[in-house]
Amino acid sequence: MAIPRFWREIPSRYNLIGTKCGSCGKVDFPPREICPDCGRKSLGKMHSFRLSGKGSLVTFAVVHDAPAQLEMQKPYVVGIFEMDEGVRLTSQLISVEPGDVKIGMRVQAVFRKLGQQGEAGVIHYGYKFRPSL
Amino acid sequence: MRDVAIIGVGETPFGELWERSFRDLGIEAGLKAIQDAKIGSDDIDAVYIGNMSAGKFIDQEHVAALVADYAGLADRHLPTVRVEGGGACGALALFQARLAIASGMYDIVVVGGAEKMTDVGDVQAAEILAGTADQEWESVFGATFAGLYAMMARRHMHEYGTRREHLAAVAVKNHKNGSLNPNAQFQREITMETVLQAPWVAEPLGLFDCAPLSDGAAAVVLCAMERARSFTDAPIRILGSGQASDFLALHDRRSLTAMDATTEAGARALKQAKLAPKDVQVAEVHDNFTITEILAIEDLGFVEKGKGGPATLDGVTALNGKVSVNPSGGLKARGQPVGATGVAQAVEIVRQLRGEAGKRQVVGAKHGLTHTLGGTGATAVVHIFGRAD
Repeated sequence: MAIPRFWREIPSRYNLIGTKCGSCGKVDFPPREICPDCGRKSLGKMHSFRLSGKGSLVTFAVVHDAPAQLEMQKPYVVGIFEMDEGVRLTSQLISVEPGDVKIGMRVQAVFRKLGQQGEAGVIHYGYKFRPSL
Repeated sequence: MRDVAIIGVGETPFGELWERSFRDLGIEAGLKAIQDAKIGSDDIDAVYIGNMSAGKFIDQEHVAALVADYAGLADRHLPTVRVEGGGACGALALFQARLAIASGMYDIVVVGGAEKMTDVGDVQAAEILAGTADQEWESVFGATFAGLYAMMARRHMHEYGTRREHLAAVAVKNHKNGSLNPNAQFQREITMETVLQAPWVAEPLGLFDCAPLSDGAAAVVLCAMERARSFTDAPIRILGSGQASDFLALHDRRSLTAMDATTEAGARALKQAKLAPKDVQVAEVHDNFTITEILAIEDLGFVEKGKGGPATLDGVTALNGKVSVNPSGGLKARGQPVGATGVAQAVEIVRQLRGEAGKRQVVGAKHGLTHTLGGTGATAVVHIFGRAD
């Protein structure tokens, strides 16, 4: 896959940059041009907004059949996290044994390697989550 | 809008069909449907093909023209269309073909669905299937397709007390039904213990909670109702069709334990058909994972929200239960050649309504329903069928 595909998402993947609707105040991640709640009223009013990275676990799975890229990490935990700003996102939950994971547990975002393009290719990074300290 | 009927159906066996190519499968299903409809090639006005990802599975795009060509129709220069909508593509092809006939544009359309999945390895095939989820904000972060459905299952367990035995009951039932279907990929019954002891794919889903990778094709011949009786004494009418979409990524949806697209598509189809869920005796629903069937029977209104698991365990959805769900074996046991799914579901319902389903016949089936999903529920399509007598 071409390098720009990952490069262009760096602001959101590295720094959790989403958008906040200037009309209703709802936070979206990744950034949206149009607020799903306000529609046309939100056009031109979607401002960049950085998530705190703090939130809680809504649901999770322990992945045993992994894509080739993540073969070395299996079994790993993937979850849906609700940020304190209200928006939800998906990533891995790390630094915890699968058996100790509980729905509702507090988490915080951390910066990690997501994958790389082949043996000697570009490494791409982004957010994962770990239990709050 | 003109009434539209199905006048012919056909399907290939489903399975790991190493000796058969995409074209072999598409042609076999198409020819069977055309023979069943007793039409000639001169009667066909257009060909619609549901196919999810031939480009990735067999490196071949432009498959609608290809299928028409190898069906011997190239000289007729028919309009051919490929329809894509993730796993719902076959059901969408049927939806679009129905509209084309209802509008008066065409009288007779052949709708095919096909997928050839085993020309790539299983890890690659799983990644291709995950292409219908959000690649940039789910897959890149390690969420596999099974992982996304496993997260729905986990949340359903959390909110409604659903247990693994409830999920397993779906697999046991559908394998039992598949054992009665000579075209099914899996024709052996399995026990609850087999399902519960299988290796994990994405916990809480094990190997037997997942539909297989399959090759296969299915086809139906659609005809304007006003001409249908010149070809068959038993046309099956399409009484209603509904389609709906939702957020692409699972995490953006209103609920993780209900698919709003299914609810909307079901309500639209039932309204058009002027029927209620209780009027449906037989349904083919999307069961790419066991949890998916539980969500489907709840969201379509066959059982109360949260009660899908216990209802399945209690036999409510068993063959000739309150509503017979997936008599063909479903995606779980009949097999899951993605593009074929929506069309194969329609083939099964037509056989049920004609009374031609053999050992898996649902007694007294008057109205049948198909439900097909794309991705993790960003697309849902529901069709409702009935006998025209």
